[in-house]
Amino acid sequence: MRIVVPMRAVPDLVEEIELTADGTGIDREYLTFVLSEWDAQALEEALLLKDASGAEVVAVGLADDPEIDQVLYTALAKGADAAVKIAAASAAGSPGSAVIPTAERAALLAGYLAAQPADLVITGVQAADDLDGQLPSTLAALLDLPHASVVVSVETDGGSVTVRQEFAGGRSHELQVRMPAVIGVQSARQAPRYAPITRIRQAQQAGGLTELAVSPPPAGDGLVLRRMHRPEATGHAEMLTGGAGDVADQIVGLLRARGLVKG
Amino acid sequence: MNDEVSGNVMVLAEHTGMQVSEGTYELVGKARELASALGGETEVALLGPRELAGQLGGADIVVSVEHPALEEYLPEAYEQALLEVLARRSPRLLMMSNATIGLDLGAALSVRWDAPLASYVSALEIEGGAVTATAKILGGKVLAEVELPGERGIVTVLGSAFSAGEGQLALTPEVVDVAPPAGLDALRMSLRQLFEADSGDLDISAADMLVSVGRGIESSDNMAIVQELADVLGVPLSASRPVVDAGWLPKTRQVGQSGLKVKPRVYLALGISGAPEHLEGMRNAELIIACNTDPGAPIFGIAHYGTTVDLFDLVPELVDKIRA
Repeated sequence: MRIVVPMRAVPDLVEEIELTADGTGIDREYLTFVLSEWDAQALEEALLLKDASGAEVVAVGLADDPEIDQVLYTALAKGADAAVKIAAASAAGSPGSAVIPTAERAALLAGYLAAQPADLVITGVQAADDLDGQLPSTLAALLDLPHASVVVSVETDGGSVTVRQEFAGGRSHELQVRMPAVIGVQSARQAPRYAPITRIRQAQQAGGLTELAVSPPPAGDGLVLRRMHRPEATGHAEMLTGGAGDVADQIVGLLRARGLVKG
Repeated sequence: MNDEVSGNVMVLAEHTGMQVSEGTYELVGKARELASALGGETEVALLGPRELAGQLGGADIVVSVEHPALEEYLPEAYEQALLEVLARRSPRLLMMSNATIGLDLGAALSVRWDAPLASYVSALEIEGGAVTATAKILGGKVLAEVELPGERGIVTVLGSAFSAGEGQLALTPEVVDVAPPAGLDALRMSLRQLFEADSGDLDISAADMLVSVGRGIESSDNMAIVQELADVLGVPLSASRPVVDAGWLPKTRQVGQSGLKVKPRVYLALGISGAPEHLEGMRNAELIIACNTDPGAPIFGIAHYGTTVDLFDLVPELVDKIRA
């Protein structure tokens, strides 16, 4: 069984997000990019399937994505069998734009998957910036494959997969989906494994990335971005001042006033 | 088929256990306002039990598709049925929740119905006949203003963005039946089992106060620090999604869109940035106190009190002072 895991990095949300001067994008230059947390979960789920059944796991990313080499070498270090970097053969990419729209991303990945089909595509359910829609079902629609997202476990069962799809409040459905299929993972059955930095370096030195040029069909998401801005706080918290001890005093005072701390 | 450009706004109804969801009413209320601005009507696509039309008195028209595969949500069945409804009704705008069903179907419909999609939508307007939306992206740190040009569009809307009351009217909608497409009898997936939520060890939605922890806790080793605070206060420890996805607390402790909605008297948020999905679950707490080292964290937009002191400095101080 061949499992393809599309992966990418997104801006680190722990940091402040800088916008471009014209307000139509995020400024790539001043941002730190980290592996999208849902892609980390997707890779883990794929590696669990490999552990259980010996599937081949191929991590795939777009050459134009920030930090993609780091993302793919880390995937190799964690146990992926191969890593592929896809470049747009035509001028379809949007050079300079910090965020590749999902429609364009999916078109490139669909081009790759049409040429090198997978039994299962497992990727993150969403990304922090996928404004024009989520990758799993965009990709599934382009490839005419069945799909399920917000999935919290994937198990193979002959020619099909059994997945658990989660809903608000913790309800879930168990679905049986015929392969080939596309699955959007919310969380893996266990926390993503850790790759020591030495093993990532080894993967880098071994240089296991394959580059492939794909000519995608023309893709337009049709969405017109007018501007981006930071939220203007409609209300704002009253900020407690002083050091940790002072702040703790004030919080204890608030709790005491409500009878939640005695004394 | 109806090829005319319409000003109708359609909502996909979500339901479970023969009950239309609260989120559906939020969308229907907003759909009424948008349809009125576009000179159209409010339609609700009701896939599954037709008798639920009785709960959709906020709609002008309920478009019903009945088929055994639609009784509960099943991605491929819903997608095919909805495509059939869209082809027949040609609404200007389709509104879905930004929860499981919207995340699952929205982007596929965008491809297959050939309509632009905006995700994470928190506001919608009609400007000179054009549909514009504001989306909260990058964990709520950036707002993107977009236009959905052309004759059709799809939005997936964040929970609690609009008020449910506006969608809970007692009109008598016309019910239009659409025959289920043949594809529903040849699906590539099936529903095998339904699971109710785990009741778990305790019910965080019943607690007077919650100590809640987010991504800022950094590692599972640090969980003991916040657990100690919860213990001295005698209240449960809850968390935002990343902590639960990492496996550091069980799912039953998760606050937010995919977890539980809570309304304690005090919500102490430690290292939680305040992504829209989290805010949806706790914004109605009586008193929200937030601790996050990033002064730009969205949590401070709804918290009553805030501090940028490091939680690793603050929590031991709190423990000491409460014990004292």
